[in-house]
Amino acid sequence: MARVRTGVRVVGAVLAAVLGASLAGCSSTGGKRAEERAKAAEAGRPAVSTPRWTFAMVTHAGDGDTFWDIVQKGAKEASAKDNINFVYSHDDQAQQQAQFVQNAIDQKVDGIIVSLAKPDALKDVVGKAVKAGIPVITVNSGSAQSAAYGALAHIGQDEEIAGEAVGTEMTKRGLKKAVCVLHEQGNVGHEQRCAGAKKTFGGSMENLYVEGTNMPSVQAAIQAKLQADPSVDGILTLGAPFAPTAVKAKEAAGSKAEVDTFDLNESVARDLKSGALGFAVDQQPYLQGYEAVDLLWLYRYNGDVLGGGRPVLTGPQIVTADQVGKLEPFIKRGSR
Amino acid sequence: MSAAAPAAADERLAPVSYVRRLLGRPELGAVVGAAAVFVFFSFAADSFLRASSLSTVLYSASTIGIMAVPVALLMIGGEFDLSAGVMVTTSALFSSMFSYQMTANVWVGVAVSLLVTLALGFFNGFMLTRTKLPSFIITLGTFLMLTGLNLGFTKLISGTVSTKTIADMEGFPSARALFASQWNVGSVTLKVTILWWLALVAVATWILLRTRAGNWIFAVGGGADAARATGVPVVKTRIGLYMGVALCAWISGQHILFSFDVVQSGEGVGNEFLYIIAAVIGGCLMTGGYGSAIGSAVGAFIFGMASNGIVYAQWNPDWFKFFLGGMLLLATLLNAWVRKRAEARA
Repeated sequence: MARVRTGVRVVGAVLAAVLGASLAGCSSTGGKRAEERAKAAEAGRPAVSTPRWTFAMVTHAGDGDTFWDIVQKGAKEASAKDNINFVYSHDDQAQQQAQFVQNAIDQKVDGIIVSLAKPDALKDVVGKAVKAGIPVITVNSGSAQSAAYGALAHIGQDEEIAGEAVGTEMTKRGLKKAVCVLHEQGNVGHEQRCAGAKKTFGGSMENLYVEGTNMPSVQAAIQAKLQADPSVDGILTLGAPFAPTAVKAKEAAGSKAEVDTFDLNESVARDLKSGALGFAVDQQPYLQGYEAVDLLWLYRYNGDVLGGGRPVLTGPQIVTADQVGKLEPFIKRGSR
Repeated sequence: MSAAAPAAADERLAPVSYVRRLLGRPELGAVVGAAAVFVFFSFAADSFLRASSLSTVLYSASTIGIMAVPVALLMIGGEFDLSAGVMVTTSALFSSMFSYQMTANVWVGVAVSLLVTLALGFFNGFMLTRTKLPSFIITLGTFLMLTGLNLGFTKLISGTVSTKTIADMEGFPSARALFASQWNVGSVTLKVTILWWLALVAVATWILLRTRAGNWIFAVGGGADAARATGVPVVKTRIGLYMGVALCAWISGQHILFSFDVVQSGEGVGNEFLYIIAAVIGGCLMTGGYGSAIGSAVGAFIFGMASNGIVYAQWNPDWFKFFLGGMLLLATLLNAWVRKRAEARA
């Protein structure tokens, strides 16, 4: 065992040496210092004097999902402004998500925000919340079920309408043969997006399923598709992280196809600006979180309801090279 | 008395024909399986045989293959590593975030990440040898902890679930050249990961067949107690094997970081099974003591052909996973069948 301990000491010494060296080996470009220099201080103090209500948000997000991260950010900033104690939980398994909603009911929260990606599994528990007198707002998915389950309002994007907007835009750009890249097999929302795009697209569109948790395999699969069918002139990815990968695949395959995507992030903004991407369609996730909290607050404070029983749409908004410059600072700070 | 001499000769020392020796190789079944998959897709998909398509297949295979090599060695040594998939992501996240937060040259982050990843491998091996718990439990624990740490730390440090881009930082171009460069030969794009992969297979094969450490790996996998009794350093061998997995996880992680420049913290989950699958198709026994590094490369190649061949064949994508599973199962069965025939004849 003595040898093992010496090993630990050696590793520790080397680690210390490298940490020391890192102070010398600084980068004069990019990095955190550049971010801090650019960042203005934003204070998060409540702007109202209503009681400190507790709102719970329960979503179907998986671990490490960039999209839901922005939703959460919007909800948190609205909570800070509205003097709300905001509690967030998520699980991609419907059963566990329902359990979290039940937990919120048990805690007698003052409002619940829930996403209905698997509406049937959540029907009972949402009904229970409504019966317990807790106002419920649905976000993101479930526009068709929201009112029937007794929710006050639905805030989100209709996936099919968003897809239709994409199809129309791709037709306008003169594309003929497109591939819709789905990074999660079995996700209803993804299927609806592709179906919507297919509906309004003038040319033909095929689906391609890729392994979303394995970026090199995503690239290889898109590359393979483009090599198998050189006549493909449009690629549509359903999430921002996959757009730059599709651009790489297209370059490697020597294809001239235009890449378009759902959702925004820093790399998408960069590629839109440089022309590597055609357009991005944004459903404004920040707005989904922000509006849901704000609307619950308005309901408690003033009895207000938005939408009149119809979903309040946060998208789709089409972002091209022309608009991206204006949005870039917001994308950089992670709220677009 | 003198007539009994030939009968007493040890049959293990008798000269074995070249063909027999070939039939006894663990990767033989995999090679036959790979040939079958190759021929199948050559007929099923028109574009499969093009040079540019084969380079895509090779790239896909290399990203699995780089990890399948140390995983195969580990399996020959009789152990598993379920944390191998997320460890790749951890390694990429670490170099990206360290460079960014310290505003350091990218190479500093790469070096620190190497140490951290090796320390993770050491932790796996050390815990395994110290606690005597099955590797399944130890590495499952590491897997879960790393998955949580990846998400938690990334969120804590960058405020989002993916890292910030480091493409504009010093040292990025040279690091990209080492881990993610590519060459265009006519219409064919060859990635540097293919070189890393081949080099790792060569080194691992040399270690297994030509060095004392290689003998130790086979001995530990065949029976740890017997190996210990004959003086094999079992603890050292096991820790070394886990650190080998960590080293390759670092290489893979840096490739992902420098080719996509932003890392998603939730990635990598489930990939550990792909590495194990590649090693098993390549002839590694799940029980240890038998297998080869070349076999793992052939296994990774089968995986690359199957996953991309389905796209080239333009089959209905709804059935993608089913085809993939079926292909893998068939390849493995063929592999087992050839091996059984070969052993019966040998």
